[in-house]
Amino acid sequence: MYKTNDLILRTTTSLIAFILLGFAIYLLLAGHNSPGGGFVGGLMTSGAVLLMYMSYGIEAVNKMLPINFVTLIPIGLAIAVATGAGSFLFDVPFMSQTFGYFTVPIFGEIELATAMLFDLGVYFTVVGVMITIILTIGNDQ
Amino acid sequence: MNNILVLPMVIPVLAGILLIFLRPYIKTQRWISLGVMIANIGISIYILNRIQSEGILRLDFGGWEPPFGILFVADSFSAILVLTTSIVTAVCLLYSFSSIGKAHENMFFYSFVNFLVAGVNGSFLTGDLFNLYVCFEIMLLASYVLIALGGKKIQLKESVKYVAINVLSSWFFLIGIAYLYGTVGTLNMAHLSERIAESGQTPILTVISILFLVVFSLKSGLLLYYWLPGSYSAPPTAVAALFGALLTKVGIYAMFRVFTLIFYHEPGITHTIIGVLAGLTLIGGSIGAIAYKDLRQIVSYNVVIAVGFILVGLAVLTPEAIEGSIYYLMHDMLVKGLLFLIAGTMITLTGMTNIDYMSGLIRNYPFLGWMFFIVMLSLTGIPPFSGFIGKVLVGQGTVDAGAYILLALAFLSSIFVLYSLLRVFLNCFWGETIISEEDEIPMKKGWLIPCVLLTLATIGLGLGAESVAIYVSDAANTLLNPNIYIDAVLHD
Repeated sequence: MYKTNDLILRTTTSLIAFILLGFAIYLLLAGHNSPGGGFVGGLMTSGAVLLMYMSYGIEAVNKMLPINFVTLIPIGLAIAVATGAGSFLFDVPFMSQTFGYFTVPIFGEIELATAMLFDLGVYFTVVGVMITIILTIGNDQ
Repeated sequence: MNNILVLPMVIPVLAGILLIFLRPYIKTQRWISLGVMIANIGISIYILNRIQSEGILRLDFGGWEPPFGILFVADSFSAILVLTTSIVTAVCLLYSFSSIGKAHENMFFYSFVNFLVAGVNGSFLTGDLFNLYVCFEIMLLASYVLIALGGKKIQLKESVKYVAINVLSSWFFLIGIAYLYGTVGTLNMAHLSERIAESGQTPILTVISILFLVVFSLKSGLLLYYWLPGSYSAPPTAVAALFGALLTKVGIYAMFRVFTLIFYHEPGITHTIIGVLAGLTLIGGSIGAIAYKDLRQIVSYNVVIAVGFILVGLAVLTPEAIEGSIYYLMHDMLVKGLLFLIAGTMITLTGMTNIDYMSGLIRNYPFLGWMFFIVMLSLTGIPPFSGFIGKVLVGQGTVDAGAYILLALAFLSSIFVLYSLLRVFLNCFWGETIISEEDEIPMKKGWLIPCVLLTLATIGLGLGAESVAIYVSDAANTLLNPNIYIDAVLHD
């Protein structure tokens, strides 16, 4: 059988997926002060992963990214709820957030907020949900 | 600061997440979910008692003051409903242990029950309209999964209808919230109430209130109940019992909250419409309950009748009627759960749904038969059981308000409830037995014990009405005097 040669697609994918993943992380981290956040970052990440699935096929990507995307959903949810429930430990109202300034070697002084952890939970949940939906529909057996 | 208020929602969510990881360990899943519900019972009793001594409790999320942040508010009404929800869910879980089957339990059944309860409790406790919408969606998404889980043809057919109608009503809900936010500029319930009281309920606000009425009618099955009998007869027994006991009640709760706290300035329009709808629901439900021979349909139409009955109390809006509605709401959650469990057990035991093909079950299963008899009496409102006090108080309220048509409809519907269930009792339990000794499916303890627990609960609520009375009258008092709620939320 004639096998299609998708060299151009695969080469550009390895470049674009890399950029997309980087941009997704940027969006995730930028959410506090500019447009972005966990939701759109997660969508962008799943877009990158989806692009890899489309050009390389499911088996190859599963080898590249040995992540069980279904378990990302409860992990993300657990992180998000735990950030809220962490307030029980400090005797402050549920869902309170706090922040502090830390000096990190390369970046200098940066502001770290616990809202970031919540966003991280959202991020994982969105990635898990999107890729689970796509794979469940796409994986026809 | 009352972090305990958020526990009835957070514990089920955490448990639901944990149970996803514990997928292969079914025993552990069962005990964790049951433990969560029992913990919720304890917490809600504690909250209920604290409300009696300290007044309405509130928790501002993240420490943001009320009009700006979202918050949970617990008054007696919410706490009573959270308590009843926890009891009914615990019993339904007990029933599901021996009836739902491995295939369900492996597909995250207990996680979704926990999420459902989280949504229901969140809806009861929230003090913010948009947060109410979100909690509704949590509840509905879990219920979509629970209704379709199993993938039988009828479940898929009914779940498509159920999802479609609920997506539509949620969209209406969102539109209503958008209009309200555009008009008043706030979404905190207490603040909304205050602003509407300041500006007067202008015609646009009355229109918005009617939009909310449509939304909650769709959710609770007030006149717009055509989706209900089909959807509630599709899922497995334990799930149907949860739906019958909880889901419509959340719509009813929302209607009580919105029309006593926010839109109470034009009772001539809104409460008259509620009264008309409640009357029509009583008529429609009564016709449905006696029209069908399918046991599941009969039971589902009994849910519809109860919705109409409870909202008669809201329509007349006198202290007695509201108290009666609250009593009846508690009673109905317990007894509808029991009714669905018994009906489901009967269907499992005989393998039929048509009441014409069942006969003489009392010879094989006497205990089940007498429990059905008690349910029937309780739903009709015979004195020692829990339905009585609610019916009397609602009746008294309608007499005080001079709403004699509603009074007549409400009490005639009791006769229809009695007739429809008596017909089931006579057809299915009395008569020649059709199940021979060797064909008899042995009654499992796991099916009987939950029914016994709920039967005890209905007897207990009936006999112990006096001890519940302080909570109920406090709840009714808060509902009738929105200022108590507003003061507790905004000015303390």
